[in-house]
Amino acid sequence: MITLGCLVVLMSLLALGAGATGIPLSRVLSIMMEPSSVPSGEALVILQVRLPRLLLGLLIGAALACSGALMQGLFRNPLADPGLVGVSAGAALAAAATIVVGDALLAPLIGPLSFVALPIGAFVGGLITTFALYLVATRQGRTSIATMLLAGVAFGALSGALMGFLSYLSDDRQLRDLSFWSLGSLSGATWTKVAAATPLILPVLIVTPFLARGLNALALGEAEAFHLGVPVQRLKAVAILLVAVTVGASVACAGMIGFIGIVVPHILRLTAGPDHRMLLPASALLGAALLVLADTVARTIAAPAELPIGILTAAFGAPFFLWLLLRRQGGVGL
Amino acid sequence: MSPILEARNIDYRTGGRMLIEGINLSIESGTLTIVIGPNGAGKSTLLRVLCGELPPAHGEVRLNGSSIHAIPTWRLAHSRAVMPQASELGFPFSAFEVAHLGVEGIGRGLSHHDRQRIVLDALEQADVGHLAHRNYQTLSGGERQRVHFARVLAQLNAGRSIETRQVLFLDEPIASLDLKHQLALMNKAQTLSRQGLTIIAVLHDLQLAADTGDTLVLLQAGRLIAQGKADTVLSPDRLSEVFGVSLVPQSLPPSPWKLTLQNNWPGAAQN
Repeated sequence: MITLGCLVVLMSLLALGAGATGIPLSRVLSIMMEPSSVPSGEALVILQVRLPRLLLGLLIGAALACSGALMQGLFRNPLADPGLVGVSAGAALAAAATIVVGDALLAPLIGPLSFVALPIGAFVGGLITTFALYLVATRQGRTSIATMLLAGVAFGALSGALMGFLSYLSDDRQLRDLSFWSLGSLSGATWTKVAAATPLILPVLIVTPFLARGLNALALGEAEAFHLGVPVQRLKAVAILLVAVTVGASVACAGMIGFIGIVVPHILRLTAGPDHRMLLPASALLGAALLVLADTVARTIAAPAELPIGILTAAFGAPFFLWLLLRRQGGVGL
Repeated sequence: MSPILEARNIDYRTGGRMLIEGINLSIESGTLTIVIGPNGAGKSTLLRVLCGELPPAHGEVRLNGSSIHAIPTWRLAHSRAVMPQASELGFPFSAFEVAHLGVEGIGRGLSHHDRQRIVLDALEQADVGHLAHRNYQTLSGGERQRVHFARVLAQLNAGRSIETRQVLFLDEPIASLDLKHQLALMNKAQTLSRQGLTIIAVLHDLQLAADTGDTLVLLQAGRLIAQGKADTVLSPDRLSEVFGVSLVPQSLPPSPWKLTLQNNWPGAAQN
C-alpha cells in the first residue's frame, strides 16, 4: 500500500514535468511551492494545464479501477467491468446524445448552462443503464448475475448501434466530439471539470472500503453471504449506485477509457490476494498511478500532437484481457 | 424446554410450482435431525426455508421463540450456520481465507488472535489444516466441502460469544467426500449435537441417516411423510412407496462386517 502511494507521487511528478514543453523536476517543485518565483510561462503550463489534468487523471484512474473492483466483487467474476456490462457505453451514449441532439434542442433552453449538460447527460446515462440492468436481472428481490452480464452485452450492443446512428446524423464538429467520447481523453481537463468530478468520485473512494467485508462474503455466493450475516440486497444496491456514480462521472470528464477497471484489480489479486479490504483501496491507488502514466505517454509519444488515452489503454488492456481468458482453463464461470 | 426451531404449516412455491407444502416440524435443542427423501422431494428447499434464506409463502419459521424473518440478518448469523453444497469461487482465496469468512463480523469481544485461533482450530477439526494456504480454486470437491465445514464450525464458534443456542444446517454435507471423511463428518456432527448443538442435515445415504440421526424426517413431493426414530420412519412398506426400492432383508445374508472409523481424523478424536 505504501509502495503504491509512492508510485502515485512518482507518476504525478513525472506527469507534471513531461510534455510538449519539458520542465525539469526542480522547477516543477518550486512552481508547486512558490508559483511567483519562476518564469510565468512555465507556471502557467503547470498550474493551468498540467495540474488540473493530473488531478483529473488521478481521480478518474482511481474511480475506474475502484468501480472495476466493485463490479467484479458484485458479479463474483474477475472478468466483469463497467465497460463490459454496458454502463460506460450507456453513459457515453447519453453524452453523445447530448452533443448531437442536445445542441439543437437544449441549447436555446439552458444556454449558458450547456457546459454542465454533458457531464449530467453522461451521469444520467450511466445511472439509467445500471438501473435498467438491475431491473432486468432482478426477480423477486434477487439479482441473477448471469442475466445481468448477458443483459449488459445487449445494452452495450444497443448503445453501439445508437451511437452509430448519432454519428450518421452529426456534422463534422460533432463527429470530432463523438470520437473523443468513444476513444477517451484527458485533454479537455480544466479546473471546472476537476471541481465537478471531485465531489462525485472522492466520496465513493472513501465509502467503498466499507463494502469490503460484504464483498468478501459475497464471493461465496449470495445465499452464503446472507448466511454469514451480510445484508445482501442492500449491499448490491449500494454497490450498483456507487459504480453508476463513478462511471458516469469519469465518462463525463474523459469519455470511455477501457480496461483500467479490469487490469488493475487483476494485477493486485495476483500480487496481494483477493481480499477486498486491501483490493479496493489498492485498486484506487494503482488505477490513479497507471492512468496518469498512460496519459503522460499519450501526450508525449507524438508531441506536440497527442494520442487519445483510450487507444493506449485498449492497446495494452485488450491483449491482457485475452491472456486472462486463456489462462482461465475452466472457462468463464457465471 | 421449548423447541429451538419450529416450522408451522409452511409452504414454499416458485414459478407456480409448490416445492414444499404444509410442513410442520418441531426440533428440540441438541438433536441431530436428518432429512431424507427422493430427488426433488423438497429437502434442500425445506432447509433453505428453515434457515431463513427463503421466505415461506404461508406459515412461519420460529427460531428460539421468535419469527426467523424478524431476526436481523447480522444477529441470525450468530444463531445458525449453513453449510452449502461445495461451490465455485471466482477469486483465488486460500482455504484459510474462506474459513476466515466465517468469523468476520461474527462474535463480540474476540481479538484478531482469537479469530485466527478459531479458524485454525476449525480447519484442523475438518481435517483440512494442511490445506490452509492452498488456493481454494485448486482443491477437489471433497476438500472444498471440508473447507466449508471448517467455515461453519468457525462461524458457530465465534457466534457463541453472543448466542449459545445455535443451529447448524448441512445440505448434503458428504456428497463429495470419500468414505473415511463421510463417516468422520457424521461422527463429528453427532459429537457436536451431544455437546448441545442442534443439527439439521440433508442426506441421501439411508444407512448413515439411520445410524447417526436422532430423528429422521421423510419428505416426498414436498410433503412430510413421516418423522421420528429411524426404525419407525424406515419401514419396508414406506421405502418401497417413497423411494421405489424394495427392502428384502430375508433374502440376503447379514453383512459380516460394518464400516467404522479409525481414530485418524484429529478433530474427531479430540472431542
